[in-house]
Order: sequence, then C-alpha cells, then structure tokens
Amino acid sequence: MINFNKFTLQNGLRVIVHEDPSTPMVAMNILYDVGAKDEDPKQTGFAHLFEHLMFGGSVHIPDYDEPLQNAGGENNAYTTNDLTNYYIQLPAQNIETAFWLESDRMQSLAFGEKSLDVQRKVVCEEFKEHYINKPYSDAWKYLRELVYTQHPYQWLTIGKELSHIENAQLSDVKRFFYKHYRPVNAIMCVAGNITTEKVKELSEKWFEPIEPGEPYIRQIADEPIQQTARHLVLHKDVPVSVIYKAYPMSARRDKTYYADDMISEVLSGGQSSRLYQQLVKEKKIFSQIDCYHTGSVEKGLLVIEGKMLPHIKPEEADLAIQEEIDFIKKEKISTLELEKAKNKIESMIAFEDLGLLSRANNLAFYELLGDAALMNVEFDNYNKVTVEEIQAQANSILVEHKCSTMYYLAKGNS
Amino acid sequence: MLDRNTPPVTYSPIDFDFKLPLCQEGKLDNGIPIYSLYGNVEPVLQLDLVFPAGQWYESQNGVAQATASLLKSGTSKYTSFQISDLFEQYGASVKSNAGSDWSTISISCLTKHIGQLLPLLADLITDTVFPQSEIDLYIQNAKQRLSVQLLKSEFVANRKIDEYLFGLKHPYGKYLVAADYDAITQDALTQHLKSHYRSADCKLFLAGSFSEDDIRLINQSFGGSAWNDTEKPTQVSPQIISATEKKYRVHNDAHVVQNEEGAQGSIRIASHFPDKHHTDFTPMIVVNTIFGGYFGSRLMANIREEKGYTYGIHSYMYNHKQCSAYLISTEAGKDVCEAAIKEIYHEMDVLKNEKVEADELDLVKNYLLGTILGDLDGAFQVIHRWKNLILNDFTQERFYKNIEIYKSITAEQIQALANKYYQEDSFYELVVT
Repeated sequence: MINFNKFTLQNGLRVIVHEDPSTPMVAMNILYDVGAKDEDPKQTGFAHLFEHLMFGGSVHIPDYDEPLQNAGGENNAYTTNDLTNYYIQLPAQNIETAFWLESDRMQSLAFGEKSLDVQRKVVCEEFKEHYINKPYSDAWKYLRELVYTQHPYQWLTIGKELSHIENAQLSDVKRFFYKHYRPVNAIMCVAGNITTEKVKELSEKWFEPIEPGEPYIRQIADEPIQQTARHLVLHKDVPVSVIYKAYPMSARRDKTYYADDMISEVLSGGQSSRLYQQLVKEKKIFSQIDCYHTGSVEKGLLVIEGKMLPHIKPEEADLAIQEEIDFIKKEKISTLELEKAKNKIESMIAFEDLGLLSRANNLAFYELLGDAALMNVEFDNYNKVTVEEIQAQANSILVEHKCSTMYYLAKGNS
Repeated sequence: MLDRNTPPVTYSPIDFDFKLPLCQEGKLDNGIPIYSLYGNVEPVLQLDLVFPAGQWYESQNGVAQATASLLKSGTSKYTSFQISDLFEQYGASVKSNAGSDWSTISISCLTKHIGQLLPLLADLITDTVFPQSEIDLYIQNAKQRLSVQLLKSEFVANRKIDEYLFGLKHPYGKYLVAADYDAITQDALTQHLKSHYRSADCKLFLAGSFSEDDIRLINQSFGGSAWNDTEKPTQVSPQIISATEKKYRVHNDAHVVQNEEGAQGSIRIASHFPDKHHTDFTPMIVVNTIFGGYFGSRLMANIREEKGYTYGIHSYMYNHKQCSAYLISTEAGKDVCEAAIKEIYHEMDVLKNEKVEADELDLVKNYLLGTILGDLDGAFQVIHRWKNLILNDFTQERFYKNIEIYKSITAEQIQALANKYYQEDSFYELVVT
C-alpha cells in the first residue's frame, strides 16, 4: 500500500505527495502529458528533442544541472510515445532547489539558438548510436509502420528520420513549449522525507504563480481495426533471421488489459513458459523467443519475437508460433499457470515499489491514467483475472487477420 | 513578487554526517559467513551466494560463465523444466552470473515463499549434473548471440581494448570466440562447479524482510557439513602481457550499419591503473568525476554539450579485484572521431596544467556525496555497498575514509594526480568503425 495525498493548484497543476520518513532523500517527478504521439507526422522526434532542450537553461537559471549537483542531486528524463517524464532525486534538506529549478523551466525556457543547435547534433548522434549503428536496430521502425497505418504510434520516439530533427526551428520549439509544457498539462509527484504541508507551501510559492495555459485536448483517432493479415519480408546483412508477429491489444485503461498482460506472461514469462519450452527446448526452432507488449496508454501491441535457428525456414517458424497461439485460444490455461503468472506479478510489483523514484514515477503515471489510487489496486486487478477471461482475450486479440508478421531475414534465408 | 533569480538556501552535502547502516554478521553451522540487513518496506527478500568462481579462476575459456548459466540445467532429481517451473511457480527469480572475479547466484522472492525454495536452490550448487542436451543448447545459443554481437563496433572495441591492456592470456584481457564454446564439456563444467563453488569459500548476503526463522531455514539448506569439498586446483598467477603498439584504428568488416551516413566509431582510450587498495584509488574517483564521471563532467561539457560529437562520453576505473584499468569510452560520428580524441587529450592537459576552481571542486564533492546518500537508501542498496567492501577485503573503515577524502581533497592534490595518471603516452587508443 503506497500512501499519498493529492491536491490541485489554482493553475491546474496536479500535485501528489508520498511521505516516506525512512529515507534521507526526496524525489520529484514531473510528468508532462505529451509524447511522440502528439507530433506532427512531418516533424517527428520533436517531443524527445524537446526533452533535451529542457536542460538548456530556463529564463532565470542559465544552467539547470549545476545548482542541482551542488545540492547533491541527480536527475534525468525520458520520452515515450505517450508522455515525457522528468525526475530528480536529492537530499531532503535541499528539496527547495528542485522546486526552484522545475518551476522556472515550467514558467519559461531560455530558448537559446546555441542550445538548439547543439542538441540537434546530440540527438542525431543518439539516433545513430541506437537506431543505425547496430544490427536489427531498424526492426521496430518497420514493424510500427506495418501495424499503424494512421495512428501516430507508427513512428519511434526518436523520430522517423534524421532530417526531421536536423530541420527543427526555434519557432517550433517555442510553439511546442507553450502548447504542452503548461501546468494544466502536467502532474507532479513529490516523494520521500517531506510532509504534505511542506510540499503544499513550496508548490504554492514556486508553481502557483505560473500561467495555467490552455488544456491540451488530444484528438487521435483509433487505428482502424485490421481486416487482413499483413506481411513484410526484409533481407538484411545479419547472421540470424528473426520473426516478429504483432497483435493489437487492449489500451492501458481497458479492463481487458490485465488478461492481455497475463497472456504474454503465460506464453513467455521465464524458462518454464510455453514458448520457451515448446519452441526452443522441444521443437528446436528458435534459439530465443519472447512475447512482450508495449503497455502503451492507447491500444498497444502484443509482440512475439523469435530468433530462428540457421536451418529453419521462416514459414516453418511462423507455423510453430501459430500452433501455440491456436492452443492458448482453444484450451483454457491451467489454474497452475494462472497462479504462476499472478505470483510473478505480485513479486514484481513488490520489488518495483522498493525504489523511491519508482514510486514517485508510478504515482504520477497512474494519475495520468485517471487516478493515482489505481496504483494500489493494480495487483487486485490482476488477481481477479480468470482462466476464462484469458481464453476470451486470447480469442479476441490473437487473430490471424489482425496480425502483422515481419520476417527480418539473414541474407541467404528465404 | 517571487525572486526567481536567487536560488534557495542549500545545505552542502560536504557538511553532512554519513552513516553506513550496520549489517549483521553471523555464521552458519559450517562456518559460512552470512551478512544481513533488515528492511521492512515490502514483504520481499534477496539472498546472494557469492563464490570466487569468475573468469579469474577458470581453467578453460568460457567455463565460468557457462557454469553459471547452466546452474538451472538439471539436478539428479529434477529436469531444467521442473527447476524453472518450481521457482517460477512462486514468482521467484533466480539469477546466476559469472564476472571477472566472482560468481553469484541470487534469489529474489516474496519472503513467504523462501522456505519452499531454499532446498532446491541448494541442490543447484551441490547437485547440478549438466545434461549434455542442455550444454548443446547453451553452446548453440551462445554462438548465435556472439555472431550478432560481433556486428557491433562497441562490442568489438570493448574486447580489443582489454586485449591491448592485459593480453589474451590474462583473465581480464581474454575474450571468447566460437571455438571456445564448442570446447565446453560436461567434465569441465562439473569440475568448475565442484572446485570453485565450495562452502569453504562461500559468502551469503541477505537483504529485505526476514525473520530468525528464515535464517534458520538458510542454515538448514546451506549450513550442514562442508559441500563441494574438493581440493582447490593450484593456480599460477597470470601474467599481464600488454600490447606494444599504443594506437589502433580498426575496421570491423562485419560491422552492420543501417546506412553509411549514420555510421559511428567506437572510441576507447585506456591505461593501466592500480587496484582498489592503492592510496590513489579513492582520490582518483574525485579526479575522474571531474574529468568524465558524471553528466556535468568536462568531457561531457566539451564533447557532447559544446561540440555535439556524441550522445554520451564516460570515463571510469574498472571494477576488477586484482588490478584495475582506466577507460574513456564514447560512440562518436565517424567524421568527428579524431577531433573527439584530440579533445579528450586536451581535457587531460587542462586538468594537468590548471588547478580546478573552488566552485567546480565543491560542486563535484557535493554531487558525489549526494549520490552516496541516495545509494544508502534502503536495505537492498546498503547490502550492496557492504558486499563491495567485504568482497574487496575492506571493513566499514574504508567507507568513512572515502567520505573523508571526498570532503577534504584539494585542488593541488587533484592536479598532482592528473599529472601522474593522465600521461598521454601511457594510454592505448582505439577507434573501431
């Protein structure tokens, strides 16, 4: 049970406080409700580039990192398709420094030409390091484009291409800031050795004077339901052929999300799971096979990814996966398998809650989903799932005509 | 009107008192030491069994890692599937890994399940039989993974720089090729397990929520008569044979890039460095932090934030037990690799020639001490720190001494250390494209 208090400032900034007097530290987590899905298709990668610019100095504070490091603090940030998240951890005595820094950059950035110029280059190198300079690093770009024909989940957070980042202008940066980085579109969580009263006082002092901004009304249409199976075959300079099968799944807030998550657990959670036992150990088709999902706020993807053994043809690999899919649709999973998945999830949640930053981050995320209190009923939601629901969900999502299959083949394997 | 130009009052971590929470030291009936730290935040625990069984001790390339990886491959009573199934049934995670010096087998689970899991965990160490079919599967998959890794310039660069430093015959310098995997046999694995995972050399580390009863159960499973009580093979001290050439530009023919325009080079610049017991080791942590050890470091400020040559650049001391090395590492655009290298040496020269300003030194001290405070948060973090001390033959004295050094080191000492260790001609230099 994670205790918390919640209040909203006059400018609409939602504030969550989690008191934990056992730690000498305080974590501050600020989540902005903007991600790569909010980008213009002609200017992708912008939310992430912007995350970099948030460290380029704000209107009263030329250097963000220096005062924080002087206060014994650390910080970082990340961008996903759904959101942008900034976090700080510092000794509890120095918490006001975090309020000062974060409120100043929420009020306004410095918008320096030099900062934009350098961060464009840095992000281009990040793009190269993670998405160009490694084998298979472009696989998800192709997969997203295959699955999402209309929904903005079709591009990666880093962006569709280098040129979108290279062409970013300061005027775009300003527009983006005033549209998305306003108190009404943000959620702050302060966790650790601090009282709610103190957080209230400091929030009112540093954040309340900031102009509220316009609420951002998101208008993203659902991806149309796929009617026919899609296939993409790539021949690449890699030594190992890989198959990806992607199935659209429930959105994060759907009741059915929990059953979907447990399907991936049953299929590939650990070495005793079905895909590993059947397809790696028994049938010897793959060297490695995983089932995972994107867990995204809007309808995400459940993906099966398998690295084939050298002599295996992709069609054969595909068929073997489909047999497992057919099996989980036709027969209910055993109560033992259900129990196993629940035990694993219970243990995972408990370990996750050990970290102060992780608690702060999760509270903010659940508030984005609708209510921070959801965090405390999450395990109950999993615990309620039955074998019947899992079977029903398997039959609803693991359908061939909704599936996008990609063969990422080593040259020579056709 | 709120004054945003004046920062709030901050308390300098240099003035903080640091306390390393004590861990309980006990002994099982057979003498195995158990170090434990109680923390009741969540009903979970983690138990680590650590053995001197890493690469340093292996008699054949790759055997230490293979032994650790195959610890769940089957016992005389259970198949690998049954073993995984039993642990996973309780939502427990069992991980085993061999590093350069140590092998660790670690279980994390809900405390309420530990009793059921301990006997099986003990079997993994004393009764694993390494079925041939499991070895074959391991070899096949490891070779496939290696073939993919070899396409990455960063992977190749990490191997090569260690080869230059220590030589291919040294445990810290050697690396695996496909043929090494093929040569792994059941006998070699059994031998490694029996002679290096011995109760006589084992240390236990326990953190989280547990009771006296749980300790009693641990004693039941691991504290009986000595296990794996075979003779330790005698080992000749490995010789470091460093490369004679210092500068390398290597093209990895296998290197895969999705398009040439996006190609990067992997830069590694490294020199030998004394082990953790050397008096320069701790003060050099401060010097290194200034140089390339944190986000605000000089290398980051110059090469990322000023020039935009890279997404990140870092420097650090290796964590090996017997001897260390000092490494600077970055991935940079192919066209700017040479320029980046020039800047790295330039930053060395600046540290050698100019005293660090008081502002920067204070900032680095505050940063370092602040992160230590964060690292002491919770039983799982604190036991980790104790583990580091104990495995490297230190006591808590070391912790307090280090804090004192972080607080008191002067700009003069830093300059002297920079002049001692940033000697351009002592560095091996490598770019892999």
